[in-house]
This record gives sequence, structure tokens and C-alpha cells, in this order.
Amino acid sequence: MKFLPLIFANLLRKKVRTALTIGSFAVALFLFGLLATIRVAFSQGVDVAGADRLMVINKVSIIQPLPLPYRDRILRIPGVKQVTWANWFGGVYVDEKNFFPQFAVDADTYRDMYPEFVIPDDQWKAFREDRAGAIAGKLTADKYHWKIGDRIPIRGTFLSGVFEFNLHGIYRGTRPQDDTTQFWFHWDYLNEKMPASYKNMIGWYTLRIENPDQAVRVTRAIDETFANSPYETRTMTEKAMAASFAKQMGNIEFVLLSIGAVVFFTLLLVTGNTMAIAVRERTGELAVLKTVGFPDWAVLMLVLAESVLVALLGGGLGIALAKALTLRGDPTNGLLPVFYLPPQPIAAGVAAALLVGVVAGFLPAFSAMRLRVVEALRRV
Amino acid sequence: MRIGGGDGDGLIKVRNLDKKYVRGSEEIHVLQGLNLDVDKGDFLAFMGPSGSGKTTLLNLLGGLDVPSAGSITVAGDEITRLSGGKLTAWRARHVGFVFQMYNLIPVLTAFRNVELPLLLTGLGKAERRKHVETALGVVGLGDRQQHYPRQLSGGQQQRVAIARAIVADATFLLCDEPTGDLDRRSADEILNLIDLLVRDHGKTVLMVTHDPRAAERAQQVLHLEKGVLVEGAPSALRA
Ligand SMILES: Nc1ncnc2c1ncn2[C@@H]1O[C@H](COP(=O)(O)OP(=O)(O)O)[C@@H](O)[C@H]1O
Ligand SMILES: [Mg+2]
Repeated sequence: MKFLPLIFANLLRKKVRTALTIGSFAVALFLFGLLATIRVAFSQGVDVAGADRLMVINKVSIIQPLPLPYRDRILRIPGVKQVTWANWFGGVYVDEKNFFPQFAVDADTYRDMYPEFVIPDDQWKAFREDRAGAIAGKLTADKYHWKIGDRIPIRGTFLSGVFEFNLHGIYRGTRPQDDTTQFWFHWDYLNEKMPASYKNMIGWYTLRIENPDQAVRVTRAIDETFANSPYETRTMTEKAMAASFAKQMGNIEFVLLSIGAVVFFTLLLVTGNTMAIAVRERTGELAVLKTVGFPDWAVLMLVLAESVLVALLGGGLGIALAKALTLRGDPTNGLLPVFYLPPQPIAAGVAAALLVGVVAGFLPAFSAMRLRVVEALRRV
Repeated sequence: MRIGGGDGDGLIKVRNLDKKYVRGSEEIHVLQGLNLDVDKGDFLAFMGPSGSGKTTLLNLLGGLDVPSAGSITVAGDEITRLSGGKLTAWRARHVGFVFQMYNLIPVLTAFRNVELPLLLTGLGKAERRKHVETALGVVGLGDRQQHYPRQLSGGQQQRVAIARAIVADATFLLCDEPTGDLDRRSADEILNLIDLLVRDHGKTVLMVTHDPRAAERAQQVLHLEKGVLVEGAPSALRA
């Protein structure tokens, strides 16, 4: 592209100004990247949810338990293929600030329910054979430098005492957005330690249905089955569950969109203004280009190219920095287990930067194109 | 016969050229039925008081502006009938401009400044380089290709501007007070260069100047008076 030296020369003419404009794009796109990452973190459950999985929780709230005997009744409902269950165990590993989710899971059925989590067969076997066995997600295991065979002490919160688990396996996710921070141990083991009034109570059921299209019917059938019992249920798809979780975090989507919109609008004004100044102070030179025969469209493209180049350089830099940051993992010590910037928001961010570059550059480029040579030359 | 409307097979034919500017309610009638004939290889100087319309005339001849009435024909093309884009393309092919203030792009080297008109042609990189080097050689700046305008003297900058005007092998050169901003010595160098272009390279040059010594170099001096061109000494001096 033979016009490139001219475009670069123009960009380098006011180095500080160009650097500042590129910097604005970089900051904006870095912020955009982080916001997108946080959005993914909050909504990851929604994205990773299995279409054919339902969750059954206590109608009052997820922290209220359900009786274990419901399992057989759920299994009898037409369309239900598999059932598993788990309990939340909010224990503490060494220090309060070491947060990762701990689930007491049913060793017979849990693994089959979540094929997105991969564990070598021998590790799973070893886990099943040890009542005090545990499995950890890769991210958590790496974070605390756990190796298979380690003893992991977890201090109970609603149960007193320290529970020692033997780590038999480490699971991985099959997709980047899979949550690999969880820590699993035997529900039987937890049940044993529970006080009598809480025995045989579980936190939630997860079930697989034969056909996602039947989700509504099955959901209704389950909730009707347990209506008017001491433990009424609320059944929903995994996606709906994750979405309602995300909602509890406040309307994060709206907040992120608002911030993003303000940032991009500001960027538009900053860049538009910069380009307008650049064109104004170059009036004479643009007139010279036209004098030597640069057609109007070429002048338009020159100015536009400059604005777009700044946008792409700055935007690319910002989003690359955001990506680099996410590659270093969750900075919040476990609050955002999935700290991942997917390719779609990267592409969207670059596209947005490009759009800002084009829009911001357009008016100045257009006025450069419309410049009347004779008058511009008279002014120099 | 240069200003009376001759037989009409010259390079440039100007007929009844009129140019009015409207500024607010005021109308300035700068050119009033001006005629001119230029042959290939001519070197003409235009003189006249400030504001007499010399720049206006050059702008019209170079297709930078359009007249209010009348016609300009260059090598058979009636450029006063060409519209925007076509006029620009015609200008790129046929006209080389040299201004008083050199008008180089300050962020480009001499080489890149001279290369500018060639970017619009289909020439490849190597060919462009050859042309630029030739043009800079002609103006005696073969060794200053990588210098930026601010690293060159006024006279040298003007020579770069002349190289830019000739690099695409323009049909004719329009020079608007090319020595107006230069000291005597640099001015003489520029005039020698223009002489050389006319004599050895067969260029056609139309030059506006205030400087009688510059005008002396031309084959003919025409004065712009009351909107038309007259030959010889200005009427004020003759009277
Ligand atoms: N774009 C314009 N609008 C209005 N008046 C103009 C314009 N260009 C030139 N003029 C007027 O036309 C006259 C001739 O200008 P010009 O051609 O620049 O004269 P010269 O080059 O001989 O000094 C001047 O009075 C000038 O003010
Ligand atoms: Mg003038």
C-alpha cells in the first residue's frame, strides 16, 4: 500500500497527541475486555448449562434442603432419565479468603451428569473407594499446589471440626468457560456427620431429561408431585437457574452496557475532535495533495485511514492487555471462577473500535474531501 | 500573437475568460474577457499589481478553479467543460504547480514529496524511484533525497517543489511567484533551473512574478491590467 508512508508520517507528526489517542482507545478497550470478562464470569453458568438438565430446589430458597427420598419419585416421572444430587458445604481451607465451592456429591451418579468435566477413570475409582476421598478442579488444585494423594483439611462452618479429605483426582473442563474451581467429596460422608434432624437431606437435585423439548412438562410434573408437601419444590432448567443467579448479582448486564456505551461515546468525541484538529491544521497540505491531483476519495481515505489505524492500534493493544490479564487467572481469589475472555467479545471490541474510528474520522475526512483548493491555498 | 486570439493550434488557448468573485454583496470582476495563446515550449511571465488577478488566472489555467465564463483549451481538451473528478485527473496528468511558499509536506522527505504525484499513477515502486531520482537530479538535489523540508534552505525547498512539478512529466508548469520568498542568489538559481527546463527539456512555463529580473528571463512578459493581458511595459510606465 503505497499511501502507507504518508499515513504514518501524518500519525507521527504529533507523536504525543497520537500516543494519547491510541492510549484512549487502549484504555477503553482494556476496560471493555475486563467488563466482558466479568460478564462472562457472571453468566458463565448460563452459557455452559446443559440444555437437557433440570435442577430441583426447595421452593423457599436454594439454601433450604430437600429430602433424599424424593429421588425415587422424581425418577418415576416420565421423561426423566437420570438424577443426581449435591449439598453445599461452605468450609474453609486454611484461611477465610481461600474461596472455592465445595460440593458433597453422590459418587454413584454425579460424574455421569456432568460429562463436560473430565476425570481419568482410575482417579474416579480411587475416589469412590475412599469415603474421605475428594476430587478438585484443575484451577483450584493448581492454585494451592495440590497433588493427588495430598490431604486437604477443610474446616466446617455449619458443622464444627476439621474434615480431612484425601485428594484422589483432578478434573478438567472440556471448554475454556467450564468452572474448574470446584471441590467434590462424598455426600455419604457428609450425611454421616450431619445432626439427626438434617440426615438424608440434600441441597438440590440435578436431573437429565430425555428430550430438552419436554423441559416444561417435566418441570411442571415434578413441582405438582411435591405440591402441598412439607418440602415443596421449584424445578427449572439449568440455564434458568444460572440466569437467576446472575440476576441476584444485580443487573450486571445493564451496568456493563451502560459503562461500555459511555466509554465508547466519550471515545468517539475525543477521537472525532482530534481528527478534526488534525485536518484543520493540515488544510494547506491537503490542498497541495489535491493540487498535485489526489482525487477527493483519496483525500477522504487518507484521513479515514489515519483515524481507523489509531483505533485499531489502540483498540488492539487494549484488548490484548485485557486478554493477557485474564490469562493470568482470576485476580479476586475465587469470586470469579471463570475468568476468561472469549473470542466473541474480542472480535466485538475490535469491531467497536473500528466503528468508532470510522465514525469519528468521517466528518473530518469529509470536510477534507470537500476542501476547496483555491481557498485553502490562499490561506497558507 | 499571444493575447489577441491567434490561429488556434497552440498548446493552450484561452478565450473570453471571465472570473467574478462574490463577497457578500460585493462583486469583484477579476478577469474580464481575457484571451491568451501559449505554444509548446513557451516561457511566459505574468506581471501586474497585487490583486490584479494573476493567481486567479493561474488557478483557472491549472484547473483548480472554474471560470465564470469563457473557455480554456489545453492540447485539444476544453478543460472548462470538465467536471470535478475528471478535472482532477487531467490536472494530475498535465499540470505542475510551483508556489511561492514551496508547499512541501513537512513530514515527508524530499524523496516522498516528489513521489506524491506518482502515487496516483500505475507506476510500480522501482519505476517511481527512478522517476523521483531523475527529477531530483535535474534540480540538483540528488544527494538530498532523505532530507526533510526543514533540513533544506528555501532555495532547496523550492527546487524540491519544482522536482515534484516535473516528476510526472507535466505538459506545462504554473509558477506563482516562485522566487518571491527567496534571496537574490537562490532566486537566480531557481530562474536558471526554470530556464534549463524550458531550453533543455522543452517544458512550457507560465510564471507569475513581481520581480522584473525574473520576468526578464521569460521569452515574453504579459501584464494583467483591468482584467485582461497586455503586452510589453505596463501602461502606467508607458504614459
Ligand atoms: N476566493 C475568493 N473570493 C473572493 N475574492 C477573491 C477570491 N480570490 C481572489 N479574490 C480577489 O480577487 C482579486 C485577485 O486576486 P488574486 O488573483 O489573488 O490576485 P494576485 O495574485 O494578482 O495578487 C483580489 O481582489 C482578491 O481579493
Ligand atoms: Mg497572487
